[in-house]
Amino acid sequence: MTSISESSRPAKGSRVDLTAGGGDNASPPPRRRRRGLGWAERLEIAALTGPATLVFLTFVIFPVAMAAYYGFYKWSGYGAPTDFIGFQNYITILKDPLFHDALKHNAFIVVMSLVLQGPVAIGLALLLNRKMRGQSLIRVLIFVPYVIAEVVVGTGWGLMLQSRGAVNDLLTKMGLDQFVTEWLSDPDIAIWTLMGIITWKYVGFAVIIFLAGLQGIPDELYEAASIDGASYWQVQRRITLPLLGPTTRIWAFLSMIGSLQLFDLVYIIWGQYIASTAGTSTMATYMVSYGRNAGSFGYGNAVAVVIFLISMIAALFYQRFVLRRDTEGAITGGAR
Amino acid sequence: MAAQTVAPPPLSSDRPSAKPARKPPRGGLKRANPGVYAVAVLLILMMLAPVAYIIIGGFRTNAEITQDPSGLPSPWQVGNYVDILKGDVFWRQVWNSTIAAVTTTVGVVALGLMVSFAIARYNFRGKAALYSLYAAGLMFPMTVAITPLYIMVRSLGLMNEIGGVILPQIAFGLPMTVIILVPFLRAIPNELQEAAAIDGCSRLGFFWRMVLPLSLPGVITVGILAFIGSWNSYLLPLFILNDDAAYTLPLGVQAFASRYSVDTARVLAFTSLAMLPALAFFSLFERRIVGGLTGAVKG
Repeated sequence: MTSISESSRPAKGSRVDLTAGGGDNASPPPRRRRRGLGWAERLEIAALTGPATLVFLTFVIFPVAMAAYYGFYKWSGYGAPTDFIGFQNYITILKDPLFHDALKHNAFIVVMSLVLQGPVAIGLALLLNRKMRGQSLIRVLIFVPYVIAEVVVGTGWGLMLQSRGAVNDLLTKMGLDQFVTEWLSDPDIAIWTLMGIITWKYVGFAVIIFLAGLQGIPDELYEAASIDGASYWQVQRRITLPLLGPTTRIWAFLSMIGSLQLFDLVYIIWGQYIASTAGTSTMATYMVSYGRNAGSFGYGNAVAVVIFLISMIAALFYQRFVLRRDTEGAITGGAR
Repeated sequence: MAAQTVAPPPLSSDRPSAKPARKPPRGGLKRANPGVYAVAVLLILMMLAPVAYIIIGGFRTNAEITQDPSGLPSPWQVGNYVDILKGDVFWRQVWNSTIAAVTTTVGVVALGLMVSFAIARYNFRGKAALYSLYAAGLMFPMTVAITPLYIMVRSLGLMNEIGGVILPQIAFGLPMTVIILVPFLRAIPNELQEAAAIDGCSRLGFFWRMVLPLSLPGVITVGILAFIGSWNSYLLPLFILNDDAAYTLPLGVQAFASRYSVDTARVLAFTSLAMLPALAFFSLFERRIVGGLTGAVKG
């Protein structure tokens, strides 16, 4: 992960004034002669950067900017928006109890993803980080749920978890009748069911990340510890866990942003209406239900802006207080 | 969770030749005991059981599934699979998904490599700003932009066109690509470029003959991420493709599941056929994917 911050330095071995707002031509590699760019070189740069930047600005930056604009209108999505209503959409969103629910569910998912997946993934990574047969096969197989589409996963789990589905049937067969329940529709249970599916789908990714982090810990430390007579658990607690810090923090960041944007799984398994009664709606399913599906495009855009602001604030706070020591502005700061 | 923020390892540490030095036994590494194997097997069973349920369920009949939801097929019926494979709906969706995924991958890799090369190996005004722009793009997930994106694609007349899915996917794939590729391209030593220049190789010639082969591991990782992302993508096609002739596989699975909601066995068969291409692709490139992620996060 440090290589991101590495990459944000304009050129190898050159000193850069970090406050100058970028290394614009400030630091050519020492050996190259300083001279204005020739027209051929300018043409090359334009040809190389032009197409990508055009596509990027058109389909990423412009729509995001337009969301902010449309959010101030009451608009059905046809013709130009004319019905300017100021902050009315935002007031409605912030007052809507259904949005509050969705926000609460998102917060719950963020926290529980970290709490459930983190320890499980670190534990599994420690467990699997040994000399053992079939190690690469194990790594590949635990990664399988991550590769399968959310739609497929959602459809499969949705069928298995029905009241007369495979999970309840299996529980009955094993004599665990007291655990048979309405996995999807009971509002007390559904969000935990969702957490289970999320953990199943994404824990493999976390394990792979942590295994990678473990491989980055220098062997010398373990050798020194074993010479000093440290026990296995002492080594894990004093060496492995602290040195996994950067990996953990990056993983937690990805998990957090992903949880805030969660859409596919909920929308597939619960659909737009059941999600709110079962207590699994998220901000993104709220946006689709009350924006596009309700034909209120102005409103949908306002919800998008709210989601964006919440994610952005969360990301900035996280970066400011947690990630800072690892990446030094790599994620949001780019080449600064 | 789904995002794959990764950056490549420095080229040197990626080379197998660096491995022998690491050979001596790791003090912290214990040999696996039977308990560890037991946990590993249990874990894999939990990971694969739902997948197995979907595939095996397709071989059963609806009566069986209602009677005994968690049982095995007896006898194994191939009818559901055969029916779906004979019809043209499934194949049309496979075709649409393939077109979308391949074009997205080619677009992301080509455009991303070009702009990364410029950022990594040229000096020009605004270079740092350009890099920041793409890095900031990581903060704009498609969920946020989907509504205006839909309006824009509609006004471009690309509704129900696979192109309306491909162009935004390329655009949203670029930030990750640039973040991964720029360090790769920077890591290529200047001496190589100078040597190539002495031998009469232009900068663009250097791009084709040296940069492309040397950054291949990064390019492949980026390409695989783009392919799987496109293959599995749901939100964007959901907005853009309303005509079922244009459906990609994820939309097709959902439509099939709601159309034949009483015919569970058929839905399971369709669902498992839909995940087969992704699994096949994954097993072809598993080493690259897992290895790429592993190498990538090492830092």
